[in-house]
This record gives sequence, structure tokens and C-alpha cells, in this order.
Amino acid sequence: MSYLELTARQRIPVIFDAGSFEEFLPPAARIASPHLAQLDAPVSFDDGVVVGRGRLDGRLVYGAAQEGGFMGGAVGEVHGAKLVGMLRRAIDEGADAVLLLLESGGVRLHEANAGLIAVSEVMRAMLDAREAGIPVVAIVGGANGCFGGMGISARCANTVIMSEEGRLAMSGPEVIETANGVEEFDSRDRALVWRTTGGKHRYLMGDCQVLVPDDTAAFRLAAIRAIEEIRAAGARLTLDELLTEQAMLARRIDLAEGAAEPMELWKRLGIAEPASVPMLDADAFLALAAGHRVQAGQGER
Amino acid sequence: METLQFRFEQGARPMQGKPQLVGVVGSGNLEVLIEPAPLNGACEIEVRTAAVGFGATWQAVMADFHARWQLADTRICINDMGATPAVVSLRLDQAVESLTGQIGGRP
Repeated sequence: MSYLELTARQRIPVIFDAGSFEEFLPPAARIASPHLAQLDAPVSFDDGVVVGRGRLDGRLVYGAAQEGGFMGGAVGEVHGAKLVGMLRRAIDEGADAVLLLLESGGVRLHEANAGLIAVSEVMRAMLDAREAGIPVVAIVGGANGCFGGMGISARCANTVIMSEEGRLAMSGPEVIETANGVEEFDSRDRALVWRTTGGKHRYLMGDCQVLVPDDTAAFRLAAIRAIEEIRAAGARLTLDELLTEQAMLARRIDLAEGAAEPMELWKRLGIAEPASVPMLDADAFLALAAGHRVQAGQGER
Repeated sequence: METLQFRFEQGARPMQGKPQLVGVVGSGNLEVLIEPAPLNGACEIEVRTAAVGFGATWQAVMADFHARWQLADTRICINDMGATPAVVSLRLDQAVESLTGQIGGRP
């Protein structure tokens, strides 16, 4: 079953153990955005996010699913507060892990500062959960990708799991084109957009640690495995880990020196035929990518 | 935005179960929240729509819906972003089916 094509509400029961998920503040509670109502704009009864707790392979896992179909999954005050409340409750109640099904354009601009503050609180709550020893795993596989503040938030997780179709970045393609011109970035060039922000590029660049086909069972299995691995290694963010990550980012800047297009980076990573990368299925890509990825703590070159 | 209220008395089919939400508030789409409520046998529907001035169309679609299902003691709330009448009808049927657990069940 395609993960990409499902709504947030349809993803929950196929990723978590069937029938195990208990939603906090369900739609019937009607906690909608007061800001959108003031602007005379349509609201949603869940403000575009499902939060709660369930079981994942038997473990007690708290989680959320953002609905990309409602305002591009953008984070408003209520949406953000639901995410933060869920994360804090995961800490209070000793969750085994947190699983975030992210799909968001970032801050909901209608809610301006409230949305910005909400996203910063989400990041802090994610790091607090990790500090409490709770693994935090993010899945990015929706049609709207994961951008802006939620792109940053995703990278606060222990592990990011993506499909090729998923996209992860700071500024979205249209934002870059608007700000810097079509010469800088042509947002209508879909192949370029996916080469620059898609799951394969993120995997090669070390922003995503697990790449799976667009399949709900594959995402579920990857989440179960990631949680096991994090629990064994420790979920806390340490200074050593930050320094290692910083070193990786410095190597990436060197790698990208003078390059105008992701395929040049892939070639520099030792991939002989970078033009073939977008056409490979997940298994063939993973076989090719082994040994040619940027990874924290490893000399990839 | 425009808010429309509908109430249909003396339904034949009281609803039970947990509230259900179907659909998404996206362009040309809508979300439908359906839940049991003590309404003296009536079915109440509240519509909040971004498309202003289509009250008569909503009235016709809702009357059709009530004729199909004859719901009693049921509250339905809709957030709409310009869905067509056909989409509205399908979502309403989907909402009833998700509450009754009868996918494809017809009146």
C-alpha cells in the first residue's frame, strides 16, 4: 500500500499496531484554530494533525501524523501545541518511543509569530524527549514533503526515514525561485526538485538515515528497527554527537564547492553514473549508495 | 465563510458509536464529522463553507442525503473548501458508513 497516497488519519492504523491508537484531542473536541476563524478562513476540527499514543510491535509509542491536505500541513498555534503536548506527555508517561509522521510546509503564515513559536517549542520538546532517553523517529513520505521549521524539526529526531518520493529541505522550491530567481532554481523542473530535496539525495547527503520504497509495511518495519537500534545505542543527544555532525556538515560544504547541481555532488561521492540514480528502485539504489554516502562519523570520501 | 444549518425531524435510523471524521479540508474537498447526539430523533447538520451563496444547492444535497439515510439522533458538522455536490454526497455516505462500520452499505 502506498504511504504517499494516504491521508494522515489513514496512515495511523497501518503504521501503528492495528486498533491500538488512542487519539488525544480528537476531532469531536473541535479544537480548531482561532486565528483562521478570525481571518474568515476554513478551519479543520483537528487543526491538521492527529496526536496520541498506540502500540508499535507491542511497544508503547506516542505519535503524530500531519495532514498535508489541510493548508499543506502547516503548523499553527493549535497544531503545534498538540505536537508539544503529545511529546511532553510521552516524557511524563515514560513512552518507549515517539514516532512522527511528518508532512508540512512549515509555519502556517496566517498565524505568524504563534506558528513560529509553536515550531520552536516542537523542536525543544523533541530534544527534551531524547534527553529523557526516549527515541524520536521521523517519517517523511508524504506528497507535500517536509519543509521550513518542520524540516529543521525532522533533523532533531534520532532517525529520519524517507521514501524516494518524500522531500526534506529548509526553503521549498517555489520560495527559492521567488527569492533568488528562476536562474537560481527552477521550481517547475520537477526532476531537479526531487534531485535536490528528494529521499535519495537526502540519504546520500546524510540527512536521512533510512530509505525505503513508498510502502506502508516498509515504513512500519523501518520504524520498528530504528526504535530498536536507538534504544540499544541511546537516544540522548550528546556533545560528541553534535561535534561529529558538525564535522559532517563541514565536509559537505567542501564537497559542494562550486557545484551547481546535485548530480555533481553524487559524482564527487564516487557514483560513476549519477544520471542513472533517479531511475533506480530502492533496493538497487541502496546497493549503489553503500560506500558513497555522507555519514556522520565516517570518512565517506 | 458562510455557515448553514439544517435539521431533519423524525429520522428512522438512530446512530451509535464513536465520532468519526472523514475527508480533508483541502481545495475542492471537505471534512465531515459525524457523531451520535440526543436530538429527539432528528439529524442536525452544520455546514461552514468557503464558497458563499450556495445555500439552495446545499439544501438540495442535504435533503437528498436525508432521504437516502433517514438518520436519527445524529449530529453532522462540515468544514468545506468548495467541494462539488457529488463530492459532498460521497463524503456524507462515507461518514455514515464509517460510523456504522458498513462499507458499501446502502439504505
